[in-house]
Order: sequence, then structure tokens, then C-alpha cells
Amino acid sequence: MKAEIKILRRKSAFSDNYWQGIPFETTDENATVAYALNQMNRTKGLTDTEGREVELPIRWECSCLQKKCGACAMVINGRPRLACDTELREFRKKRKGNSGDQMGEIRLEPLHKFPVVADLIVDRSILFENLRIMQTWVNGSGKVAEKRSDQAYEASRCLQCGCCLEICPNFYPGGEFFGAAAFVPAARLLSTLSVEEQREVREQYEAHVYAGCGKSLACRDVCPAGIDVDHLLSSSNGIAVWRQHG
Amino acid sequence: MQRVNIIGAGLAGLSAAITLAENKIQSNLISLQPSERAQSVLAEGGINGALNTMGEEDAPKYHKEDTMRAGAYLADEEAVRGLTDEAPQIIRDLERLGVAFNTQKEEILLRNFGGQKKKRTAYARSSTGKIIMTALIDEARKYEAQGLISRYPHHAFESLVLSDETTERACRGALIRDTYTTRMHFFEGSVILAIGGMNGVFPELTTGTTANSGDALAQIFAQGVRLGNLEMIQYHPTTICISGKRCLVTEAARGEGGRLFVMRAGKPWYFMEEKYPEFKNLMPRDVVSREIYFVRKDPSCGEQVYLDMTGLSGEVWRKRLPDLRAELIHYLSIDPQTTPVPVEPGIHYFMGGIDVDRKHQTNIAGLYAAGECCDQYHGANRLGGNSMLGAIYGGRVAARTVAERVEQAADVYDGNEKKIKYEKIPETDRDFREASQQVIYEIRDILAAAMGIVRNAQGLRKAEERLAQLLQRDGLNERERNRIYLAQAMVASAISRRESRGAHYREDYPERDETFSGIMQAEIKQGEDIPIQITCRKAQRAEETV
Repeated sequence: MKAEIKILRRKSAFSDNYWQGIPFETTDENATVAYALNQMNRTKGLTDTEGREVELPIRWECSCLQKKCGACAMVINGRPRLACDTELREFRKKRKGNSGDQMGEIRLEPLHKFPVVADLIVDRSILFENLRIMQTWVNGSGKVAEKRSDQAYEASRCLQCGCCLEICPNFYPGGEFFGAAAFVPAARLLSTLSVEEQREVREQYEAHVYAGCGKSLACRDVCPAGIDVDHLLSSSNGIAVWRQHG
Repeated sequence: MQRVNIIGAGLAGLSAAITLAENKIQSNLISLQPSERAQSVLAEGGINGALNTMGEEDAPKYHKEDTMRAGAYLADEEAVRGLTDEAPQIIRDLERLGVAFNTQKEEILLRNFGGQKKKRTAYARSSTGKIIMTALIDEARKYEAQGLISRYPHHAFESLVLSDETTERACRGALIRDTYTTRMHFFEGSVILAIGGMNGVFPELTTGTTANSGDALAQIFAQGVRLGNLEMIQYHPTTICISGKRCLVTEAARGEGGRLFVMRAGKPWYFMEEKYPEFKNLMPRDVVSREIYFVRKDPSCGEQVYLDMTGLSGEVWRKRLPDLRAELIHYLSIDPQTTPVPVEPGIHYFMGGIDVDRKHQTNIAGLYAAGECCDQYHGANRLGGNSMLGAIYGGRVAARTVAERVEQAADVYDGNEKKIKYEKIPETDRDFREASQQVIYEIRDILAAAMGIVRNAQGLRKAEERLAQLLQRDGLNERERNRIYLAQAMVASAISRRESRGAHYREDYPERDETFSGIMQAEIKQGEDIPIQITCRKAQRAEETV
């Protein structure tokens, strides 16, 4: 497979960004964007499409490589995704006469709603700051009742990758609405805590989720963990706002 | 008061931070990436504890016996007793924090896992690590809001700062680099290392995280921290190859009824069931991996081993292993409900690492270690379900040891100082250079060739020779040299153990030899002819320590 991988590069938070196209070739049919980035960073004397030497490393965050940690979230051809969950072959050109070996252009950009640190790395600390404001923790006992187990499990799966915020029309950094990255973890507490113990979370939920969510549910379509955001939202609204504790 | 510096924010680090906070002791939780990205989130099958909820008359003493036996009696029995005695309480604590374990009639269900006769593994479907981590991260956040835990993500450990005293070396703190600003800071105070296993020594060949470069362990080894049990590398029997790494097929698949087979004379041969009628497919991992190795070498058998999960019920797939099925369909385009899955052993866990005592103290005062990075509990082979337990328990013990010291000094947190000003943490101008990818992969290839499932003197000596040659190469930087020292210690440990035990199988010494019934310790002695020294510390059995 051959592809041209275009990366929106930036040396540091204080420098200008620029696009750099890098030709990439592999025989691995299952190669992902994450694999390509690792391979390019291992290539001494790597050159771009204009023959210039590429300044290495291309900076990006990566950890599990199997879509379980959320580190490698970035914007790939306009869509927030995990690099380890994006196979190059998805971008195969569908043209008559094409041997099938040439991929279309693959564009990598950092997530837009967080400050850029360098290249594809963004500072996502606001995700965790918002959870602190939401007070997503257990006081007393958080033992999960069996009938709430599915919801508690589902809500525990959030990767904190930030893809949902990238696409959300209501979220902006510093705003009052915290998005799915906050309401999914909150759903865990709302599903387990007693009515008395969930008071704080409920109040924060009303202020930072219910009041600001426009229900576009774009988050549902991009969540790399495939979390049932829709269900968690309606169920949490039921508990936090309408006090349905069934 | 000085804060305790915890390096690593996975299960062991979180556990230590929470335990310190419960004791009103402040800590800095320092990690390259936030806890959500730690390798602990990858743990799948479950966590062991003799909860005895399945009517099998289980008790911690049986858990202890299974752990000791699977580890071929290399582990410290008293330490293992502490681990297994506390295990049920640890699981109850996790339940209280809202971990959505699989339950029936509001009681925690337990599943079978390898090397254990009783059902003892609590689980949250097949993503137990992720679900536990979420609960512990939230708990740590509670203490963060109280000023007891300060998190420093995107901060890399560079080196320990040790006192110069020659009689007893002590840890004064650590140099930490902010990877976003690239500035280096000195974090003063005692240090708990929770830096994970040596995955970075084997890039692309393990089931672990790629974020762990192995540099931290290599660095502290070069600084005189004693390591142990380095030859004990766990090859998990069932892994698959995905882009850029190996991916685990959880042991829970066999716990729920999955069967290993190889094609022989045109028919599937369920070799584990024939060879081990009692435990069948659930023998400890070292045994299963070795059997897979041997059947693949057998000319009458096919080279591919399969995991047959087609007999598992729809209920099991739906309630207990849904994530595993989704993963196999995603990566291999194979539905395990209808088609056997080709699997092979892959590096999964390191039983060895920083040598610690029962209180998780290292050979350097003020320096502690917990989790996969240390050599406690698992001996020559770890039981499935004991890794998360060992990490949580080890973090607790290390923190309690620190707490004892602090209590003696009457130096607990008074709730006044909320968060240390980051600008107040002194900066230093220490420069660093990353190890080159070329050297990292060269070392990997040398080790992978010699330290496989089956080893021999010839292969190990060749590795020794090649590492010595590599060390002579001009222009190596400090990190590259440290990495070579660590690799040399691993090979030297394997050469010294002239027997077969647990994960260390020597075809030239296929029997167990009680001369070697102890942990191989490795230490660098600067200025000596042979700087890396290996000594065998006799394993401590309970009766010797009463």
C-alpha cells in the first residue's frame, strides 16, 4: 500500500503550523495510521513529498495501540478518531484502472478544541478539570445494584479521548457545558449512588450537562469506544433532573 | 511537609496515592500520560480473591498455595500470604467504589482462571482493568479536590537524585521532565516507583503499552538500584498479532470453556486436555505456552494452534466476554462464536524488576516500588488474575510503609496547603538524549532470540557476546548504554539459572534444581571488573520466617 500522509505540523505552542506531506509505503494490509506514524518516526532520513528531510519525531501521543486508552485521538480527514483504530486501507482510491495499491490522501490534524502542544499533541487537561467540577466520585458506598450494572459498566468505559467534544456543537473550552466526556462518567455515579449521596453530582449535572446539551448526539456517532451515549444521557436526565429513581 | 513522589499513575500508583491520602499524606502522582492511558486499562479477565461466593469452600490459604505453586516456589511466602489474605477485602473495597463486577443475586460472581482449582476471579465482563481503573481514578480525584493528591501528567521520569553518603545511599527525590514544556524539575522527597513492566525493551512484541519505554528501569539500574528475577518473562499462551503490537486473548476465554487444539492427521488434537486431564486448558501460563511451543515443533502437527470457543453459549458471549468477541471480529474478521481463532504465545508480563522486601522497600533508603515493575509475589510464573491484585496490594503496602515513617515524624497533612505552586518546584538544566530507535531494536532482537519460551546456554552466550560488542560501539548515549546494561543483566540472570523453573525453561537443564530456589538479584557495581553482578537470594518460606 502507498499513501501520502499529510500532517499539520507545529514545532511548539508558540510557532506557526504548516502542512507536510510524507509518502508512506507498507506491505502490511492491516496497517493503521498509528503504525504509519511509528514507522515514519523510525525512518532515518525520512523525506517529504517535496524531497525535504522531515524533522523527527513527528510528535503524537500513543499508548495501548488497541483503542482502549484514547491517547491517540486526532482529526483524520476531518473526523475525530483514534489513530490506532484507523486503517490505511479505508482510504483506498475507488477508481477504474487503479491497481488498488494507492490510497487517497490522508490528512492528520490535532484536535481543534484543545491547545496544541506540538504537532498532533494537544493539552486535554480541561477534560479532567471538568470532572473535578462535576465531583464524579463516591462518598459513602457506590456499590452497584444489579439492575443498574449495565449502565454503570457502560459509563465506566469512557476513554477521555476528547473525540466527542471535537464534534459537539455546544462544547467550547471554558464554557459551562462539559459534553459527553463529563456526562458519561457522571452517569456512573448517578446510576450507583443513593439519592442522598448523589446530590452534588446531580446539581453539577443540571448546570453543566442538562442546561447546555442541544441533543445533536453527534458524540454518539464518533465515540471510539462505541458507548451508548444516547441511553446514558436520557437515563441520567431521568435521574438527575426528573428524579426518576426506579 | 515533603510530598511523596509516585512515578506512574496506573493501578499500583493510584493505589499508593489513595492509601497515602487515606493516611492524610500528600503525594505527587507523576506520569507520562494520565491514568486513563495506563496499561492497567488493558487488563481483561479479572482479579483474584478467595471471596468464596461460589460454594466451593475457598479460602485465602488455597489462593496462597496456588500462587506459590504456580510461581514454582520462588516468591516470598509471607508476602504472598499478605497478598492473598487481603485480596477479598480489596475486591470488596472496589465494589464499594462502584466497580460493576458481574453479579448474581447481588453477589459477586467468580470465574475459573488458569492454575487455580477453585473459581476465584472476580470480573467485569472482559474489561475488568478498565472498569476498576475508572473507579480508582474517580477516587483519586476526590482526594485531588482535597489537596491530598497532585497529578502531574505529561511528566517523564529522568533519574533519581541520591544522597552522596557512601555508607547508606538514600533517595532524595527525582528529576522529572515536563514533556510539554521540556523543562526539567527536581521533585524532592521519597519516591515510590510504579513504572510498569519492561515492555519497552521488546517494542512491538508484547501485549503491553507502547508508552512504557523501559528507560526508567534502565536508568535506576544504572544508578545502583538492585533488580531481581529478570529472567522470568511471561509468555501468554493466547495472543494475536495486530498492527504494531501483540493483542491479548484473555485467559477468561479458556476459563469459560475455550479449548486449544492443533491439527494432527487431519483432525483437531486437543493436546492440553490429553496431556493434563485435571486442569486441561487451564494449566498455568508457562506450561500452556511451552506445550504450544512443542506441538508447533512436532512434525506430525500443523504449525498453527487454534483457540476453539465455538462451544461457548450465547449467554457467555453476551454477559461475560462481549468485548473479546467484538475485538476478534474487529481485528481478525473472525467470529469466535462460529470459528476457531489462530493464536500464539506472546510476551505479556514481567515477573522480575525492582527487587523489594516485604514492605516494598528497595536497596536504597526512601525508595519503594510496587506493581509490575517490582519482583514481588509472582515468583517464576504469575497466575492470571493476580496482576491487578498485586498492583493494588503492592501500592497499598508501599504507601503504608511510607505512612509508618511519616507517623513517626508526626508529619501529616493539616489541610492548609492546597496545591504546591508548580513554579516553586526548582528547575534544573540537565540535558538528555533519547535512545535511538536503531539501538532499541537491536537490543530487542538480541533478547528476543535468546530469551524465548525455550532457552539454552548457546543462545544466551551469543546474546551476551553481542551485547558486549554493542556496548563497545562509538557514540552511544547514556540511555543506550543503560539499556544495554539492563539487557545484559537479563541475559546474565538467565545464564546463571542453570535449571528449568516456571517461565524459565532451559533445554540444556530441563529439570528443576533446588540449588536455584531463590530470586536472581542483579546489581551494578561501578568500578568492578564485571560490573553486573548476579547473586541468588534464597527464597523465603513461611516456616523460616516465623
